[in-house]
Amino acid sequence: MFDISMQALAAQLLVGLINGCFYAVLSMGLAIIFGLLNIINFAHGAQFMVAAFLAWIGFAQLPLLLGPEFRINFWVALVLAPVIVGGLGILLEKTLLKRLYHLDHLYGLLLTFGVALVLEGAFRHFYGISGASYDPPALLQGGVDLGFMYMPVYRGFVVVASLSICVVTWYLFEKTRLGALLRAGTENPKLLQAFGVNIPLMITLTYGFGVALAGVAGVLAAPIMQINPLMGANLLNIVFAVVVIGGLGSIMGAILTGLSLGLLEGLTKVFYPEASTVVVFVIMAVVLIARPAGMFGKEH
Amino acid sequence: MKNIPTPVRILLALLIPALLVPVFPEIAYPVFVMKVLCYALFALAFNLLIGFTGLVSFGHAAFFGWAGYTTGILMIRFSPAGFPVELAILAGILVATAIGWLIGTLAIRRTGIYFSMITLALSQIAYFLAVQVGWTGGEDGMQGIPRGKLLGLVDLSDDNNMYYFTLGVFVLGFLAIHRIVHSPFGQSLKALRDNAPRAVSLGYDTDRCKLYAFMLSAAFAGLAGSLKALVLQLSALNDVMLSTSTEVLLMTLLGGLGTSWGPIVGATLVVSLQNYLAELGGVVTIIIGLTFIVCVSFFRRGMVGEWQAFLQRRTTKRQRNVPLDALPHDTAPAPETPGR
Repeated sequence: MFDISMQALAAQLLVGLINGCFYAVLSMGLAIIFGLLNIINFAHGAQFMVAAFLAWIGFAQLPLLLGPEFRINFWVALVLAPVIVGGLGILLEKTLLKRLYHLDHLYGLLLTFGVALVLEGAFRHFYGISGASYDPPALLQGGVDLGFMYMPVYRGFVVVASLSICVVTWYLFEKTRLGALLRAGTENPKLLQAFGVNIPLMITLTYGFGVALAGVAGVLAAPIMQINPLMGANLLNIVFAVVVIGGLGSIMGAILTGLSLGLLEGLTKVFYPEASTVVVFVIMAVVLIARPAGMFGKEH
Repeated sequence: MKNIPTPVRILLALLIPALLVPVFPEIAYPVFVMKVLCYALFALAFNLLIGFTGLVSFGHAAFFGWAGYTTGILMIRFSPAGFPVELAILAGILVATAIGWLIGTLAIRRTGIYFSMITLALSQIAYFLAVQVGWTGGEDGMQGIPRGKLLGLVDLSDDNNMYYFTLGVFVLGFLAIHRIVHSPFGQSLKALRDNAPRAVSLGYDTDRCKLYAFMLSAAFAGLAGSLKALVLQLSALNDVMLSTSTEVLLMTLLGGLGTSWGPIVGATLVVSLQNYLAELGGVVTIIIGLTFIVCVSFFRRGMVGEWQAFLQRRTTKRQRNVPLDALPHDTAPAPETPGR
C-alpha cells in the first residue's frame, strides 16, 4: 500500500479537490435555493450543463455562424453564461415555480426534474451525446512544477476560483445585512413581509443567484470535463448524496461536506480504485445509519 | 354484483377485450399489449408507495431491472434443460424484495425530498453493480432469454400463450394490490400519510409500516421486471437506469397519484408514446419532461384523478343536501399534498 508514489497521490488528491470544489459550489446553490424556496432544484445539473455548453457555443460555434469577430472568450463566458442561465432560472421561477410554493416539496422537485429532462433532451437532440471539448484560456494554459507534483495552471485556477466563490457567498449570507434578511426569510417569510420586505422579489432573485452559481461551475468545468448533455445529471447524483450527508441547513456545511467528499473520492481512487464511483454513496449509507439527520443535521 | 368494488368491476369489463387481443392482432399487437401490461404492473407497484405513503422513490428501476436480470440469468443458464419459469419469476421477486429491504431501511430514515435523493443515490449503486458484474452482460445486456414452459406444460415461446400468462399475472397482481390497499395495513398507511403524528400517538410503528410498504412495492416492481424480461426476452442496462425510474414516476403522475386506475392509464400512454416516437431520440426526453411540467402545473391529480374529481363535483351538484363525506367513493381522491 505504501509503494504508491507521492506524485500519484498528489495528482489524485488534486482531482479529488477539484471534484470537491464542484460538489461544494453545486450543493451550496442547492442549499441556498432550498432555504428560501423550499424546493430541491433537480434542474441544477442541467443548468450547470447548459452553462458549459453556452461557453463552448460562444467559443466554437458562434464564430462559424457569424464570423470570427463574434468569438466569445472564456472570461466573457464566465460572466455571460451564468447571467443567461440565471436569467432563464428567474423566468422559470416567475412563470412556473412560484405557483407551487403552497404545495408539498414534492411538486417543486417534479417540476424542476421535468425542466432538467427538457434541457437534456434538447441538447441531446441538437448536439448528440458524444460531447465536445473546450481549451482553457491562453492565460491559464501550461503548468508549473511544484516539486512534488506537476500542477496544470487551469486546475489551480479552478480550485482558487471555486473556493473564492464559496467564501464570498458564505460571507454574503452570514455576515452582511442582505444575508441577514435572507436568513430571516428562511426562518419566517410572513413576518419579514409584514416588515415591508419584498419577499417574492427576494425569492426570485435567490433562485436566479443559486442557478447562476451552477452556471459559474458549469463554465469552470467546461475545459476540464467532457461537455455533454448528461455531464450535469451525473454530477448531480453525487451532489445529492453530498446534500443528504451534509444537510441543506447551512452553507458552510454544504461547502465543507462537498470538499471533504471530493478529497475522499480522490483518496479512494489511489487506494481502491474499484470503489471510487460508489464511495460517496457508501458514506451516505453509513451516515444515514449512524446519524440519520445528517452531519450538520437540521431536518426540514 | 353489488358488493364488488368499482375498480374490480372495471377490470372485469376490460377483461373481455383483453382476452380477444390475440384473436385480432391487427388491432392490438399482442407483444405491445404485454409490454403495456408489464409497465402498468410496475406503475401500480410504484403507486402503492407514492399514493399511500406520499414517498417518491427515484430508485424503482433497481428492483425492476435486477428482478429482470435474475429471471433472465436463471432462464439462460439452465437453457436446454429448462428452468421452471414460475420459480424464475419468484426468484426475481425475492431479489427485488431483498434490494427493497436494503434501500428501504436506509431511505425511510429521512422523509420528503431527502427520501427521494437517497433512493436516487442508492439506485446508482445498483446501476454501477449491473455495469461491473459480468453476468448481467454489462452494456450489451441479456438477449434471447428463453420463456420456458408454464408448469412444464404450456410452451410460452408461443406469443399467444405468453399473452394469456402475462394477462393472468397482471390481473392477479392488480387484485393483490387492490386487496393490500383496502386491508387494515393499507388503511394504516393512509393514516400515516395523512396525519403521521396522530398515527404515531395511536401506536402505529411508522418506520416499520413504511418499510413494509416499500418492500411490497419493490416486490411487485420485481414481478413486473421479471415478467418484462420474459415478454421481451431482453434485460438491458436501461432497465436499472434512472430513466426507467423516471418513466414509472411519469406514468403514475400522468394517470393520477393514489388512484387505482391512474397507473394503468399512464403506462398505456407512455408506452404507446415511446413506441411511436422511438426513432426520435432526444425528442422523447423533451416530451417526457414537458409532460412532467404540464402535469405538475396544471393537473396535479392526473387524468384519472381529475376525472374522479369531475364526477364527484357533478354528484355534489345533483345532491346538494347530502353532506360531502356521505358521498360514495371507492377510491380516495388523490391528495393535493401527498404527505411529506
